[in-house]
Amino acid sequence: MKRKKQLQKALMAIPLFFLICFVLFPYLWTFLTSIKPTEELYTTTINILPRVSTLSNYATLFFQTDFLNSMVHSIWIASITSCISMVVSSMAAYAFARYDFRGKHLALSGILLLYMFPSVLYLTPLFVVFNKLKLIGSPAALVISYCTFTIPFSIWLLTSYMKGIPIELEESGKIDGASVAQLLYFIVAPLLKPGLIATGTYVFINSWNEYLFAVMFTTSDNRTLPVSLASLVGEYDLRWDIISAGAVAAMVPVVIMFMFVQKNLVAGLTAGSVKG
Amino acid sequence: MDRGKQTNKRRRKSDVYVPLILLAPALLLVVGVIIYPICHAVGLSFQYYKLTDFANRQFIGFQNYIDIWKNEAFIASLGNTVKWVVITVALQFLLGLGLAMILNIPFRGRGVIRSITLMPWVTPGVVIALMWVWIYNGNFGILNHCLISLGIIHQGVPWLGSGKTALYCQIVTMIWQGLPFFAIMILAALQIIPSDLYEAAEISGAGSWQKFIYITLPQIMPTIVTTCMLRIIWVFNNVEVLYLMTGGGPGHSSMTVSLIAYIRAQKSLDFGQGSTIAIYGTLFMILFMAVYLKLTRKGEFE
Repeated sequence: MKRKKQLQKALMAIPLFFLICFVLFPYLWTFLTSIKPTEELYTTTINILPRVSTLSNYATLFFQTDFLNSMVHSIWIASITSCISMVVSSMAAYAFARYDFRGKHLALSGILLLYMFPSVLYLTPLFVVFNKLKLIGSPAALVISYCTFTIPFSIWLLTSYMKGIPIELEESGKIDGASVAQLLYFIVAPLLKPGLIATGTYVFINSWNEYLFAVMFTTSDNRTLPVSLASLVGEYDLRWDIISAGAVAAMVPVVIMFMFVQKNLVAGLTAGSVKG
Repeated sequence: MDRGKQTNKRRRKSDVYVPLILLAPALLLVVGVIIYPICHAVGLSFQYYKLTDFANRQFIGFQNYIDIWKNEAFIASLGNTVKWVVITVALQFLLGLGLAMILNIPFRGRGVIRSITLMPWVTPGVVIALMWVWIYNGNFGILNHCLISLGIIHQGVPWLGSGKTALYCQIVTMIWQGLPFFAIMILAALQIIPSDLYEAAEISGAGSWQKFIYITLPQIMPTIVTTCMLRIIWVFNNVEVLYLMTGGGPGHSSMTVSLIAYIRAQKSLDFGQGSTIAIYGTLFMILFMAVYLKLTRKGEFE
C-alpha cells in the first residue's frame, strides 16, 4: 500500500514538472532576455543563458525613457482606486452581510452580473463623458473608470469575508451602546483587516495592470505603466532586451504584493465560489 | 419590559435606514459609473457617431445593428470567438483539473508551487502579451529555435504572422494565463471533500478511477460549473492579449467580437458601431449565461 502511494507520487511528478515548466518558462525567458546585451538576441544560434550578462537594459529603461514617471503615476492611480474602492465597498458589504432588506439578493446578484459585463461596453460612453468634463488625461478619469470593475468585485469579495466574521462581538458592542459607525470602526474593521488588505491589494494589482482604459484616457505625458510598456514596442522597435526589462520591472512589484496576500485572497475567493 | 420593547422598536427603525446609508456611496458609484454608461452606450449604438466625423452625428435607429452583419470582420469574428472561448476554457479546465489533482496530494514544497503557479493570474496583460510575442518571434524566437533543434521543423515559422497559426498561438497564451486560477478553484473544492467518503468507497473495493468518477467528480461539480462560467465570460471579454499580440490579424484570422468592438471604438473612433458590437457581445453573453444556468442548475435549488 505504501509502495503504491510512493509510486503514485513519483508518477504525478512528471506531469507536475511539465506544467510548472509551462507556467514558469515565459518568466524565465523574459528575465534572461532582459539581462542579455543586444547583440546576443539577434543571432541565428540562440544561447539560452547570456554569455555576458548586463544591467544596461534596465539603466536605459529607467534613465532614457519615461518608464519611471509612468511607474509613479501608476502607483498613485492604483492607490487612490484601492482606497476609494475599499471604503465604499466595505460599507456596502457590511450592509449586505448584516442587514436584511428588501431587494438584497437582487442587488447582490445584480452586482455580480455587472462584474461580468465587458469593459468595452463602458469605454465609449465614459470617453464621451470625460471629454465633455475635460477629464481626458487626468488621473480622475482612470480612477473613475477603474471603479467599473473594482467596486462590484470588492463588494462581492468583502461580503464573503464579512460573513465569515462572528456576529457575537458586534452584538455585545451594540448592548454596550456603540453606534454603527463605532461598531464598524472599532470592531468590524480590525477583524476584517486581512480581508480588506487582500481585496485592496487585488484591486491595486488590477488597476496597476489595466491597459484598455488607460491607453484611451491618458495623454503622452501622464501614461500609466502598461501604456508606457506597450509603447516601448513602437518606440524601440525590435529592442526586445529593453522591452523585456520593462516587462520584468512592471511585473515584479505586483507579484511580490500578491505573494503576501495570496493565502487570504484565495481563501476569500474560493469561499465565495464553492458556496455557489 | 417597557425598555426592551423600546430598544426593539429603535433597532427596527435603524435597520431600515442604516443599510441605506451604508449602501448609498456604492449605489451612487454603481449608478454613475456603470448603469449610466451602459444606458449611454445603448444610446450611442442608435447613432451615427464618429469622432472623425463629429458634425454629422445623428440618430439612425437600428441601422448600426443591421449594417454590422454586412461587415466582413464582424462575421469572421463570430467563428473565431467560438474557437477562442471553447478551446481556451476546455483546455484550461482539463489542465487545471490535472494540476489540482496533483496539488491535492501532500508533498514537500506544495505551498511554494501553489503560490508560484498563480503568478500568471496577476501578471499584467501587457506583460503577458509581450512575453509571448517574443517567444513566438519568427526570426529570433525561442520556440522556433527549440523546434528546429529538435528537428521537428526545418525553417522558422512566423507563428503570429500566419493566419493559420495566429489564433491558436494566442489560445495557448490564454490557457497559460487562466490555468492556474482554474487549478486553485478546483483544488479548494477537492480539499473540502470529506475523507470518509473515500474510506467508505475503499471498503466497498472501489479503484482510483471509480473513486474519481463517483466521488471526486460529483463533489467538485458545482465549483467546475461556476468556474467554467466565470472563465467563459472572462475569456470572451478579454481584449488585451489579442489586441497587443496581433490586433486581430493577420487579416481577420484572430479577430473576436470583443476585440472588434474595442478596435472600432479605440482605433477607428467609430463610437456608434463600437457600442453596437459591444452590446451584441453583452447580449450574446447574457443569452449564454441564461442557457448555461438553466442547463446546469436543473433540479438544483440554490
